[in-house]
Amino acid sequence: MLKRTIYSLAIVALIAGCSSDTKLDDAAVGNAGTMGGTGSASGVAPVTIDPNARTAQGPVGVARIIYFDYDSYTIKPDFQSLIDGHARFLKANPNRSISIEGHTDERGGREYNLALGQKRSEAVRRALTLLGVNDSQIEAVSFGKEKPAVQGTGEDVWAQNRRAEIVYR
Amino acid sequence: MVPALAQFRVDVAGVGLTQLPIALVPFKGEEASPQKISEIVKADLERSGQFRGVDASGQALDENSRPDLTLWRSRSADSVVAGSVVRQGDGRYIVQFRLWDVVRGQDLGGQSYTVPQGDLRLAAHRVSDYVYEKLTGERGIFSTRIAYVTKTGSRYALWVADADGENAQAALNSPEPIISPCWSSNGAQLAYVSFESRKPVVYVHNVASGQRRLLANFKGSNSAPAWAPDGNTVAVTLSRDGGSQLYTIPAAGGQPKRLTQSNSIDTEPVYSADGGTIYFVSDRGGAPQIYKMSASGGSPQRVTFTGSYNISPSVSADGRWLAYITRTGGAFKLQVMELASGNVTSLTDTSADESPSFAPNSKLIVYATKLQGREALMTTTLDGKIKARLAGQAGDIREPDWGPFQKQ
Repeated sequence: MLKRTIYSLAIVALIAGCSSDTKLDDAAVGNAGTMGGTGSASGVAPVTIDPNARTAQGPVGVARIIYFDYDSYTIKPDFQSLIDGHARFLKANPNRSISIEGHTDERGGREYNLALGQKRSEAVRRALTLLGVNDSQIEAVSFGKEKPAVQGTGEDVWAQNRRAEIVYR
Repeated sequence: MVPALAQFRVDVAGVGLTQLPIALVPFKGEEASPQKISEIVKADLERSGQFRGVDASGQALDENSRPDLTLWRSRSADSVVAGSVVRQGDGRYIVQFRLWDVVRGQDLGGQSYTVPQGDLRLAAHRVSDYVYEKLTGERGIFSTRIAYVTKTGSRYALWVADADGENAQAALNSPEPIISPCWSSNGAQLAYVSFESRKPVVYVHNVASGQRRLLANFKGSNSAPAWAPDGNTVAVTLSRDGGSQLYTIPAAGGQPKRLTQSNSIDTEPVYSADGGTIYFVSDRGGAPQIYKMSASGGSPQRVTFTGSYNISPSVSADGRWLAYITRTGGAFKLQVMELASGNVTSLTDTSADESPSFAPNSKLIVYATKLQGREALMTTTLDGKIKARLAGQAGDIREPDWGPFQKQ
């Protein structure tokens, strides 16, 4: 995971480097006047976002990903020890906080999948608070189908993408 | 210059269509102009499906010429457009034209635009709008703009392009996903969802200046922005109270007001053109369906009754049509419902359609789909007979939103 993060940051840095000298900037500058005479009517000023770092250390030796069945938002018994591990850590470290990132497979609309991914992250949030974790240590969010763990199509791929990831901040 | 982006290519799939034959004579001075005005107008009109270009070769005319009626009738043209493009001393261009009905021998008027070089395509699209409106009686959408998102490798960009897909300019480049762009009713701002801070938050972005501000960044997920027609309010989906529910937020910023109170998913709000009604998606009945309610909240009424998965509503500006995506078997298909009758028409033969958005004249829909495994943007007429594809983009292309009519 750490490897993947570093890799993606490197890519992002590369892209950020490239985009600074795209000629889109010229297009935006060229908008000195408009239809009728005051500034271009079709100009667009480009904005480039810098990447931000993520992921601090959580409990050692405890997995961070909970997988879900198709069209399901309940945590399977296999993942109870994972939930327990994070609950213990968060209760012992009340100054630490997590983001729970819900994800879906690629099928269906982007916004509806965002809402479905939210149901998965909320399920994990509820499981942790039931074990006594303070709700203020947790933020449940969703990426919908936007950040698949595995690219491709078919049930094997989809099963790996229907998940909630626990990320320490 | 922008990277080479091909424009929408037309694929007329209908039979028995009546297409008006029109001759676009090369504008006087066009050779020296960076944009070939007559070619842009011809492509615009043909893409609408309502016009057929007639051979205009070997003719030299401008807006002051009286066309030879016998000649154009012999070429089977019903109308002729002639004009000129002249560069002024200050670097701006004057584009002038006149439209003729050569069947009746009637002058249908013309216009003159003075524009900087960067707006020459816009001037051409305004010629197209004029011609389209004179000859069909409907307002043209050629000078409107479309926003969409591309994904190239791990990089995302939000683009603003002319309605023909040309002149694409990046409004935002990001290492994280961007979804759900939505134009403000004056066409100056886009609201969208960005994941740049490792969670979905809603921004409002002035495209001309590049200025952007956070509109919704509450605990949990913030998504699905929809601008109210008066421009003062944005409806959004927030999970801050647990679960995805609808809220409104003042466009200038402020506290959200909760619109729905359910234990189910409520998302994808869109306003009717009069601002009085919000259409949205809810799974309160066990599966996602489209509902409507008063824009100030209240009890929702179900709108879609066929199928077990109906999402992504878009309402036409004339209030007659609802476009949405339905799942049938494993396929996701664009459909349009005539709201008065409830009659539903399926518009495509593709199986991964997404994100429909009506053109402001209610005559076309832009949507995302997959063709040969690649994401593509398409436009279609409401009968599904005439489709055009935004081709030539590297990477994936998605999330189109058709902007409003531009101020003249």
